[in-house]
Amino acid sequence: MREDFREILRLVRPSARVLDIGCGEGELLELLAREKQADGRGIEISAQGVSACLARGLAVAQGDADRDLEQFPAKAFDYAVLSQTLQATHRPKAVLEAMLRLAERAIVSFPNFGHWRVRWSLLSRGRMPETRALPDPWWATANIHLCSLADFTALCDELGLRIEACAALSADRPARQIDPRKAIENWRAEQALFLLSRRPGPDFVEPTDGPRDLFSR
Amino acid sequence: MAEDGAHIAMVEDSGTWRFPASAPLRLDSGGEIAGLEIAWRSFGTLNADRSNAVLICHALTLDQHVAGTHPVSGKPGWWSLLVGPGKPLDPDRHFILCANVIGGCMGSTGPASINPATGQPYGLSFPVITIADMVRAQAMLVEAMGIETLFAVVGGSMGGMQVLQWAADYPERLFAAVCVASAARHSAQNIAFHEVGRQAIMADPDWRGGDYVRAGVRPDKGLAVARMAAHITYLSEGALQRKFGRELRRDGLSWGFDADFQVESYLRYQGASFVDRFDANSYLYITRAMDYFDMAAPHGGVLAEAFRKARDVRFCVLSFTSDWLYPTPESRDIVRALNAAGARASFMEIESDKGHDAFLLDEPVMLSALRGFFEAAAAARGLK
Repeated sequence: MREDFREILRLVRPSARVLDIGCGEGELLELLAREKQADGRGIEISAQGVSACLARGLAVAQGDADRDLEQFPAKAFDYAVLSQTLQATHRPKAVLEAMLRLAERAIVSFPNFGHWRVRWSLLSRGRMPETRALPDPWWATANIHLCSLADFTALCDELGLRIEACAALSADRPARQIDPRKAIENWRAEQALFLLSRRPGPDFVEPTDGPRDLFSR
Repeated sequence: MAEDGAHIAMVEDSGTWRFPASAPLRLDSGGEIAGLEIAWRSFGTLNADRSNAVLICHALTLDQHVAGTHPVSGKPGWWSLLVGPGKPLDPDRHFILCANVIGGCMGSTGPASINPATGQPYGLSFPVITIADMVRAQAMLVEAMGIETLFAVVGGSMGGMQVLQWAADYPERLFAAVCVASAARHSAQNIAFHEVGRQAIMADPDWRGGDYVRAGVRPDKGLAVARMAAHITYLSEGALQRKFGRELRRDGLSWGFDADFQVESYLRYQGASFVDRFDANSYLYITRAMDYFDMAAPHGGVLAEAFRKARDVRFCVLSFTSDWLYPTPESRDIVRALNAAGARASFMEIESDKGHDAFLLDEPVMLSALRGFFEAAAAARGLK
């Protein structure tokens, strides 16, 4: 099992309503349904992925994170999952806000541009990094909005998001719980997975756009 | 033929269900049709617990001959790619039923039928019908056949509208719904094209104010022009260009108004062959039903409200990139409403240059998506 899937499975409450944004062929949704009895929905950009999801009996709509999140009513889900895709969206800030409009919690993972391999690659070669987590050359990569852990936690602060949990992920090691605000983790984490929720503050506004309570059981 | 439901359990069957005058079809317009007849055709066998029935809803000018051989044209059924042995809807596993819509002209009660009250053809005295009326008639047929719950209701174009109406009106009577190349309401452009067709029919002197049957004539020219105009909307610019380009039928131009171009000849053929199998008044009534279709209207314009009770239905909505009659945003509106209602909605936009007609053609992505959808739904439903 993919390490990020294992971590997501650990975070998600049983019987939760989950939206997987960029669900591919539906592996995670199927896992969540089987292991957590989750009520899942998916958004996937490729027809091939949607077709595979249909054959698995999953409810998946073709679309992309930048445009098609508004189709869901506010608070329709307990969790919205965006795995390794935030850095490839056109408007990552708007996507994050949309995720926390339609779900109580967001689970977001991305490659950390502050990782020491990335820094070393740029420093030593003076060229755009090509690493295990970022394998494509600059002219072919889908990653148009890369960020470091420090960048991401700053954005969470700006959006008033609470970081409920954070794990460092790497291909060959088990997930490791970290404090993403520690400078050392910004060097060490190859990828990171965040569990976010809205922080009810003085200027917190209940999301109200779109019909509500239509999705509740 | 099959009145008692006893021999619907055949591999292939057809018949006309005649409802007694005591069980009229109530219409949205406030009127009713007494002595309703519904012509149907079926493939496969209803299983012991009657859980494998699939209702297919046909488009504007199609009919109940969804598979097998068409009795008039001798051609294969219009959705033979989807329905047949080894196909996504397989008579070995499913009981597949298709009924001619009311207002139609292939055996179900329509404007060419005899009005039992007068002994004369209805003509324009036939009441204006709606998509919901068509669906209500289908529900009567399905119930009469002893089928409580349909495994799936499936349709494209106007058939897709009926699928949505089924989900809204009888959500507890269907398990899955497939809506292909369709919309939850008719757009201004859709209505405009239909109006051109209707005016062409009514401008034909042989239309005789709709009373052509008694006069022993047929407004073939008007109906052919209506079909020619509509046929263009079923294709796409790319498909027409690829198929015909500026090809001439013979060397050189005629310097007249014969069909010089292949595309002209093709359209004339489409028009001429259509009048052999379709009734002009049926064309008026069915296009009107489509124009009146707007599922959100009875719910204050909120489409999601129409699907409020359909949350347990598994939906599959499909559109085609080059369909300019029912373009993808129309399907996305349906999906958005289904999501807002909390239904299980899947959606896919299929890459094709074949225009609206793509839903009837060999589109492998559509066919494999539907195969997967039906198989997963069958597993969830416990069908073998």
